Amino acid sequence: MSVAQRWTPTPGQLSFMKAALFALCLVPLALLVLDWDRDALGANPIEAVAHATGAWTLRFLLITLAITPLRRLTGLHWLLRLRRMLGLFAFAYGVAHLLAYVWLDQYFDWTAIAMDILKRPYITVGFVALVLMTPLALTSNNRMIRQLGGRRWQALHRSVYAIALLGVVHFWWLVKADVLDPLIYAVILAGLLGIRAWWRQQERIRQLSTPPGAPPGRRVIRIAAR
Amino acid sequence: MLIRQPTDIVPSEITSPELFRARRQFLRLGAGAALAGGAGLVGLPAGAAESLPARLSPLSTDEPLTGRKDVLSYNNYYEFGTDKSDPAANAGVMKTRPWEVRVEGLVAKPRTFGIEELLKLAPLEERIYRLRCVEAWSMVVPWIGYSLSALLQQVEPLGSARYVAFDSHYDPAIMLRRPVLDWPYKEGLRLDEAMHPLTLLTLGVYGEVLPNQNGAPVRIVVPWKYGYKSAKSIVRIRVTDTQPATAWNTAAPEEYGFYSNVNPEVDHPRWSQARERRIGDFRKRPTLPFNGYAEQVAGLYQGMDLKRFY
Ligand code: HEM
Repeated sequence: MSVAQRWTPTPGQLSFMKAALFALCLVPLALLVLDWDRDALGANPIEAVAHATGAWTLRFLLITLAITPLRRLTGLHWLLRLRRMLGLFAFAYGVAHLLAYVWLDQYFDWTAIAMDILKRPYITVGFVALVLMTPLALTSNNRMIRQLGGRRWQALHRSVYAIALLGVVHFWWLVKADVLDPLIYAVILAGLLGIRAWWRQQERIRQLSTPPGAPPGRRVIRIAAR
Repeated sequence: MLIRQPTDIVPSEITSPELFRARRQFLRLGAGAALAGGAGLVGLPAGAAESLPARLSPLSTDEPLTGRKDVLSYNNYYEFGTDKSDPAANAGVMKTRPWEVRVEGLVAKPRTFGIEELLKLAPLEERIYRLRCVEAWSMVVPWIGYSLSALLQQVEPLGSARYVAFDSHYDPAIMLRRPVLDWPYKEGLRLDEAMHPLTLLTLGVYGEVLPNQNGAPVRIVVPWKYGYKSAKSIVRIRVTDTQPATAWNTAAPEEYGFYSNVNPEVDHPRWSQARERRIGDFRKRPTLPFNGYAEQVAGLYQGMDLKRFY
C-alpha cells in the first residue's frame, strides 16, 4: 500500500493512461461491429447485439462504482481521474443498447416500443434507468460541476446507485428461468454498495465514540439528536 | 374463440415431385458441404451425422428452410446449458445408443421400445414444420419421423386415457445440476393432441439422425405449440387420466400454461407474442394463431377460452 501511495502518474502519464483506457473501452463495441460485419454473431445477431450492449452498460456501471472502493483500499487516489470516462462509457453503451432495441429489434415501430415501455416491467425499468443516466452524463464535465456546485452535483450523482440497481432488476426480470447471470451482477453490486454502507457506518461510530468514562446515557441522546 | 385465420397449407404449397427431388438434392449437397466445412463450428465430431432417408410429407410447408448451421447451433436444451450455444458445445457427450423408450400407463400393451425399433416402426417422413419459440423467434425445420399416433396405437391406450406425459433423459453427471427447472424435464399433451397427425415422433433433422443438441435420439415435435412443448431425448411416455405436470408450467405457471398453443393474442406476461423474428430475417413478422396450423388443429380447442387455457 505504501508503494502504491507513493506512485502517482505525472500529467503526461495520466493523459496516456486515459487515451489507452478510452481505446480499451471501445474494444467491446469494435468487436461487436466486426462480428456483425463478418456474420459471426450466431443465428440471432440482433439478440446478440442487444445482450452484449446491455451487459456492457451494466459492467461499465459496476466498474465505475468500483473506483471509489478501489481507490480507498489501494490508496491510488488518481484512479478518480478515470471515473468520469468510465461513467460516460456506461452511458454510451446504454445508448447503443437502446439504439439496438429501437432500430434492430423493433425497427422503429413506435407503437410497439411505447407498448413495451408501458406494459413490460423489465423494459420500463431499463428505460427509467437510461433516462436517469442522461442527466448524469450531461453533468459529467467541469463546467457543469462548477455551475451546480460540489454538493448539488454529488447529490445528483448519487442516483447512480439506484440506476445500477434498476439495471440489475431489468436483467433479473428478463431472464426466463436461469437467474445465475443477473445474480452474479447483483452480488457484485451488493458488494460495492455494502462496502460503502459499512464505511459510512464505521465513520458514524467513530464520530459518535465518546471519550472514555463518559456516562452511557449521553451517547443515546447524541444518537437521537442526529 | 373462433379462429378466422386461414391455414398456411394450401394445395399449391404441397410440394410437387420435381420440387421434392430438387430439395432432396439440395439437402444432400447442403448437408455434405456443411459436414465438410462446418462440422467443427457446431461442435459435431466429424462424420457424426448418419444419414436418414425419408420421404417428403405433404404436411410440410414450402417456406424456405432455416440454415442447417442455425438449426444445429441455436438451441434451447437447458440440461446442457441455458445459452443458445451451450447445447451444441456440451451435448456431444450424451450417449444415444443404446436407448430405450418405455411406454406405459393406461395402455393395454405397455412396452419398451429400443431406438432401432423406433426407427423402423413406421415409414420415415420428412416434415418441414415452422417452429415458434416462446422467446418470439422462429425457424423452418426439416424434421424426420412419423406421427406419434403410430407409436401410441402399438400400445393401445385404454378408454380412460386422457393425457400423454413425456419424460426426458436426465443424467446429472453430464447435464446441468443447478435446479433451473425441475429435472428431469417433463412435458405433456392431451391424448387427442398427441394422436393428431401433425404431432411428430422425431428421429432426425436435415436428412440425418438427430444431433444431440436437437434432442437425440428421439423427441416430440408439436408444431402449433411453443417450442418447449416439444420434449427432447425422451425415455418414457406415460398415458394417464390426469393432466401431467410439465416443466415450464411448474416453474412459472402464470407465464407458461399447459396448452401453450402459439397465440399472438395472448402475450407472455413479460413480452409480446404478436410478432416473431424468423431466424435469418431482419424484420419481425406477424405470428399466426396456432403457428399457422389453425385449419388442422383449431378444432381440438372448440369452445375453449384460449385466453384462460393459454
Ligand atoms: C430504454 C432502455 C432499455 C431497453 C428498451 C432495454 C431493452 C433490453 C432488451 C430488449 C434486452 C434483451 C432481452 C432479450 O432478448 O432477452 C435487454 C437486455 C439487457 N439489458 Fe437492457 N434495456 C434498456 C436499458 C438498459 C440499461 C440502462 C441497462 C444497464 C444498466 C441494461 C442492461 C441490460 C442487460 C444486462 C441485459 C442482458 C444482457 C445479457 O443477456 O447478457 N438495459 N435490454
